[in-house]
Amino acid sequence: MYVLVAGGGEVGFHLAKALIEAAHEVVVIESDRRRAQWIEEQLGSVVLNAPADEGRYQIEAGCQRADAVLAVTGDDAKNLVICQLARHNCPGGRVIARVNDPKNEIVFKALGIDETVSSTRVLMNVLEQELPTSGFLPLMPLTGSHLEIIEAEISPGTPAVGRSVRSLKLPEGSLVGGIVRSGKVVPAVGEAVLEVGDRVIVFAPTVAEADVRKVLAG
Amino acid sequence: MKVVISGCGRVGGFLAGLLDSEGHEVTIVDLDKGAFMHLPDGFGGTTHLGNGVDLDVLRQVGVDRADAFLALTQGDNRNLMAAQIAKEIFRVQRVVAKVNDPIRAQIYRDKGIITFSRTTILGLLVHAMLMDETEIGEKLLGRMLEVERGLAGRDAKPRRVPAEARR
Repeated sequence: MYVLVAGGGEVGFHLAKALIEAAHEVVVIESDRRRAQWIEEQLGSVVLNAPADEGRYQIEAGCQRADAVLAVTGDDAKNLVICQLARHNCPGGRVIARVNDPKNEIVFKALGIDETVSSTRVLMNVLEQELPTSGFLPLMPLTGSHLEIIEAEISPGTPAVGRSVRSLKLPEGSLVGGIVRSGKVVPAVGEAVLEVGDRVIVFAPTVAEADVRKVLAG
Repeated sequence: MKVVISGCGRVGGFLAGLLDSEGHEVTIVDLDKGAFMHLPDGFGGTTHLGNGVDLDVLRQVGVDRADAFLALTQGDNRNLMAAQIAKEIFRVQRVVAKVNDPIRAQIYRDKGIITFSRTTILGLLVHAMLMDETEIGEKLLGRMLEVERGLAGRDAKPRRVPAEARR
């Protein structure tokens, strides 16, 4: 794969290093001259010392034949513009943005950049999966959509106990995919009634996560 | 007209004052408290300390109810992001972004954001003045002289600063 890494900070540098080790072709675009020089000393001549948010340098870096452009600076606005310019200058390849403020994931999606990675969110997901008491685990996002898979354990005293799947007031666009009861999968038909200890698997729009939590975990 | 401006530099501060003096409802946002010094004395609009590309801040200052949003910070990218949030998420009718890189300005203009580049505007204006192309420059220069005379006149008068404003 040919990958353009826009931004040679910590994230960009280690990403480029890992990609090179995995035998991918990489160009890092970094505007700071000294940083660019340092990366070149570490990784060889894979650096273009230029601002990544100017289209002509994206073209100079060969973005037309890139399989992916990764915007990984520490500045969300810059990452957005890098991605939008890459879309404009180099249609065809994948465009992925790092977002620092997690709520910008929604902003980026609304502005046409679907693939985002938020380190805050990744860490939160890890932590939520580690906490056994929480009972509400966003398991994973589904790539190429605005959906995610959520697992929720039905605890005593929560609003979903004794309700049928059909009567749950889940947000629009979400679906109960299955119920795990005593280690077995129970089909999530409309009549299925939720019991304490059930683990419910839900497909839901990422933006509606809080509403799903309200319905299933209270 | 309700106008929200992001960025209270020289341009933002000047424009906020101009719109306010014409009777428009102006809210101006900046990250830096010191930037509000660019507002003229007697500015009657609202100042808001906060990040103008932050969704929550923009909601707080009522961008969803604004007739116009102007992104005038020093950062091209910040202006483009804020302008797109205003247009695509809050559905503001008139959105203007200051984008000093003329190439970026052109690309986003095609996406329906009114952009202007200080680089080309100033460059062309100075060129017109130099070449005596009065048609381009005359109107703008006339208006500029008029406004600047007003500003200078106001500054030249010895002012009595009210006690509460001196704090």
